[in-house]
Amino acid sequence: MTRYRLAFAITGAVAMLFPVYWMVVTAISSSADMRGPGLHLWPTSVRWENLTDPLSKFPYGMWAVNSVFIAVVAVVLTVVINLMAGYAFAKLRFPGRNVLFILIISTLMVPVQVVMVPQFHLVVDFGLIGSDWGVIVPRLAEAFGLFMARQFMMAIPDELIEAAQCDGSSQWRIFRTVVLPLCRPLIAVLVIFTFMWRWNEFAWPLIVLKDPESYTLQVGLLFLKNQYGQDYGSLMAMSLLSMIPMIIVFALFQRHFVEGMARSGIK
Amino acid sequence: MATVRTRRAREALTGLAFAAPAVAVFAVFMFWPLIQVFWISLQQTRGFGIAKWVGLQNYQEILSDKIFWTALWNTALYTAISVPLCLVAGLAAALLLNRRMPARGLIRAVYYLPAVISGVSSALIGAWLFNEDIGLVNRVLDVVGLGPVPWQSEGVPALLSLVAISLWIGLGFNMVVYLAALQGIPREVFEAARCDGASRWATLRRITIPQLGPTTFFLIVIGIINSFQVFDIVYVMTGGGPGNSTTMLVTYAYSAGFEQRQQGYASAIGVVLYLIVLVMTIVQWRVNKRRDVA
Repeated sequence: MTRYRLAFAITGAVAMLFPVYWMVVTAISSSADMRGPGLHLWPTSVRWENLTDPLSKFPYGMWAVNSVFIAVVAVVLTVVINLMAGYAFAKLRFPGRNVLFILIISTLMVPVQVVMVPQFHLVVDFGLIGSDWGVIVPRLAEAFGLFMARQFMMAIPDELIEAAQCDGSSQWRIFRTVVLPLCRPLIAVLVIFTFMWRWNEFAWPLIVLKDPESYTLQVGLLFLKNQYGQDYGSLMAMSLLSMIPMIIVFALFQRHFVEGMARSGIK
Repeated sequence: MATVRTRRAREALTGLAFAAPAVAVFAVFMFWPLIQVFWISLQQTRGFGIAKWVGLQNYQEILSDKIFWTALWNTALYTAISVPLCLVAGLAAALLLNRRMPARGLIRAVYYLPAVISGVSSALIGAWLFNEDIGLVNRVLDVVGLGPVPWQSEGVPALLSLVAISLWIGLGFNMVVYLAALQGIPREVFEAARCDGASRWATLRRITIPQLGPTTFFLIVIGIINSFQVFDIVYVMTGGGPGNSTTMLVTYAYSAGFEQRQQGYASAIGVVLYLIVLVMTIVQWRVNKRRDVA
């Protein structure tokens, strides 16, 4: 029985991995091989032109720089904002706390497409159309991360904070020296998820970014799809390149991903 | 007395200060747009010209807009196929990987991997695999004698190819949530069933699945809400085609707002979408509440 289970599980894993494997095969094969007659499930020859050709023709490096800039800045700002707010909503009493929290959490269910037109108007009014900041700023309102931060910090014992207060520490100091060091697992989950969301985001940068030089990788990939048509070799190669940072993050922090997701599910 | 009051006041001030950045971005980029979208939906805007007040005209147009109804139907159909498939596959994977086996962690990670790949990359893989002329799926079907299937030139196959990719992406999340829930079922329940001589199938049907009820319900609601927002894979993989046979509510709203530049009309579609999601959220909330009371 156990052997059957393992066989099933491995078959499933092969099926789940196959599309990625097929990307690799396509990326290193010549397009003639992929179009020609006969069915090959492995590469018959290895070529690098699918990698070099688009890199020399299109500003892929710029797209990568834009993606890195947007993801890193967004992660830093979002995580700081959510950690501070999480602490306030979990541990500090202030007027309007519950109402504000409920209002913020209720935006979890709002589809991006509901608010995209008004958000677009705002970005136009702020003069941020076409700029990285126009992509970053509206997405700083991140309810899921705020919710996770608050839930995590509720579990920190009040006594720890009160003891620090008796020592005469300011709240800011308590937050930095007592609360944050206890929040390492939380910070890991927030950083990983925010990075993933911002790195993979497509619809909003598509709306904000106009000039091909300013694209992120995701918008750039759509641009390449329209350029290459049926020639999938280059497209798969560029798509694979764009996945590398995410795959590394996943490989390193795989446990956090799974735990973070599971936690979001139980509640 | 006075010190207590000043301490409270100081705590309130620090609390507001800590919450201020979050409250500010939410106020400007969420709450305000959520109010404004109703306002804009009552206007007619062509291009970036001056908006004209038209009252409920956009909503009237929606009612008689064939493409809108097609998009709503496609979204519902996509949801009705994709959500149960992801649910069953996720449960099967969770039951399979809940037992001890070699390399279990690695196998779980592989099942979850597609969830971290961007929608655009997933859609590009899908477009390539399901390419009608030279894609691998049709080549294999051809060899087996079942193909070729018109994945790109006919509506239903095109929708099914989207469902296949959504299953690939969504299976891992469902599996992970089910795995966590399986950990929460007390061991004694299973042991008691085994003592009573219940078969594996009976245990699954009479114990495991009922025990997972709340999780299943949660996953269905999240699945429906996510499916109603499916944008990236549709926009990149099929572009809503052929014709409008895979146009979804959100891709239609996007093209109305940013391709045809009728932002008032796009906002009206957004409001309708908002109401749909709101109703589903309320249903979830009420069911949960009833269960908590019971």
